[in-house]
Amino acid sequence: MTAVATSVLRDSSIITWRNLLNIRRIPDLLLGATVQPIMFVLLFAYVFAGSLGGAAYREFLIGGIFAQTVAFNAAFTTMGLANDLHKGIIDRFRSLPISRLAVILGRTTSDLAVNAITLVVMSLTGLLVGWRIHSGFASAAAGYLMLLLFAFAMSWVGALVGLLCRTVEVAQSAGLIWLFPLTFISSAFVPTGNMPGVLKVAAEWNPVTAVADASRELFANTVPATFPPPGGWPGEHSVLYAVLSSVAIIAVFAPLTVVRYRRVARR
Amino acid sequence: MSALAVEAEGLVKTFGSTQALDGIDLQIPQGTVLGLLGPNGAGKTTAVRILSTLLRPDAGWARVAGMDVLTDPHGVRGKIGLSGQYAAVDANLTGFENLYMISRLYGMPRSRARARARALITRFRLDEAAERTAKTYSGGMRRRLDLAGALVANPQVVMLDEPTTGLDPRGRLDTWEVISELVADGAGVLLTTQYLEEADQLADTIAVIDRGRVIARGTSDQLKAQVGGERLEMVLDHAADLPEVAVVLAEIGSGQPTLDAQSRRISIVVDGGAKSLIEALRRLDLQSIPVQDVGLHRPTLDDVFLKLTGHAAESGATP
Ligand SMILES: Nc1ncnc2c1ncn2[C@@H]1O[C@H](COP(=O)(O)OP(=O)(O)O)[C@@H](O)[C@H]1O
Ligand SMILES: [Mg+2]
Repeated sequence: MTAVATSVLRDSSIITWRNLLNIRRIPDLLLGATVQPIMFVLLFAYVFAGSLGGAAYREFLIGGIFAQTVAFNAAFTTMGLANDLHKGIIDRFRSLPISRLAVILGRTTSDLAVNAITLVVMSLTGLLVGWRIHSGFASAAAGYLMLLLFAFAMSWVGALVGLLCRTVEVAQSAGLIWLFPLTFISSAFVPTGNMPGVLKVAAEWNPVTAVADASRELFANTVPATFPPPGGWPGEHSVLYAVLSSVAIIAVFAPLTVVRYRRVARR
Repeated sequence: MSALAVEAEGLVKTFGSTQALDGIDLQIPQGTVLGLLGPNGAGKTTAVRILSTLLRPDAGWARVAGMDVLTDPHGVRGKIGLSGQYAAVDANLTGFENLYMISRLYGMPRSRARARARALITRFRLDEAAERTAKTYSGGMRRRLDLAGALVANPQVVMLDEPTTGLDPRGRLDTWEVISELVADGAGVLLTTQYLEEADQLADTIAVIDRGRVIARGTSDQLKAQVGGERLEMVLDHAADLPEVAVVLAEIGSGQPTLDAQSRRISIVVDGGAKSLIEALRRLDLQSIPVQDVGLHRPTLDDVFLKLTGHAAESGATP
């Protein structure tokens, strides 16, 4: 058992190395993963903040953009796998005596590294528009770990989407489209309390809401006074719910992805 | 231990309404090359994918390097080297990095993986390009890199899916050389090809497949005997010489020559290839019969298919 685990880790770290080399050689990829969040921070911070609560909103906003951006990590994983599939690299990997888990774990791990970079860039942009961490070191570290855990979880969902897509073109749109409702029906940009009935419940139970609220909580960010407090059970336990839902997503999607990987055929 | 590198019986695979394989049996003794010869869409890639554990057959069984592809795919993967129809190299990695990665994934420690990658780079004459990313490679170089990737672990069984399709003549010759070396090393090789000439050159035995079935098998000589071997064709200066030449050719070739007085053309099936051609010219020279043009025509895949199936090879592509 431990021998299997060791070889999975070893093989996936080799594949992680290969993926990171790829990302380094195609800087466009990393550019896409950092420029878009920067743009979001600046747009929302200056376009919306005026009517939504000024400086307080800007601090509120960053937690939401953190959550949104790491959720979009899923699309990065989708594209990475779809490309490998299309180019026959997955066929090569599948003909090697390595665990089925290793290829996907290698991909979700390298995408985690991309996310760490993205989080650094966004934090710096956040500082620029007035966002601050008001909590202690331990709490702030917990905040970043929680964000990375959620990023990792979303990456597994993205992996499944990538392996389900028949072509790179399909992956390009399918990989993104589901992320818009997921991240917008949440407390990422506005509080859930003012949403209409069904949407409100969906938003309250949306893990993205928990992640956004949890990061605000762990970084001790200000919330505009006019915003209603987070509602529902998840709203009262955002950190716990963010962690639990991330773990649940991994527990469900990792096996599904591995099963799909076994059957996946090129073309 | 079985002395067979590959052994398969009754392989069937259907994709929707397409019957890609319709009951294929194959046997490849260790240290020999089986050429799987067939037109586009015949089922070659499907067969390779099943034998390399990428695809499960709907029916039938196969053992590769003595292990069952269905019950022990992981074991099979440890013994095979696969070079698929489209070179599966990582374009953003250098040639060296590609081979290093594969070596590491075969479980080699870092230093051994580096040594193995270097050795393969040299063997496949990629030294100058070793530190360049593979996207700068020509088609032939990519193919060589992909082949090298298949050989990283000194596999007992090597599967090459159309290794020369799309290569220029020089790249093709290079690849042939590598394949011959492989066999000299004792590997069992499954080689698919659309070219009779290639199968003739490299394969110990050939299985001709069409629409998912093996329609003929044997050595290339046996197949040529079935198809009719090479044709020696001549164009004479004078139509009047035709009867005399016909007598000479009938002694050298097999069967009766076909002749056409109007174009002064005469041809016959020969077994001896170039030897027969030289012999024919020598005799005609002795009799002072002038010859305007002469040529040896090897049977093409089309000839084989026409003969074996009664339809041209291309029609196999649209089932
Ligand atoms: N994944 C697939 N889905 C649907 N049809 C397929 C698939 N793979 C192969 N086929 C069909 O099966 C037949 C055999 O294909 P293939 O094995 O690729 O032939 P070859 O390699 O000899 O050209 C073709 O008609 C092809 O279109
Ligand atoms: Mg093919």
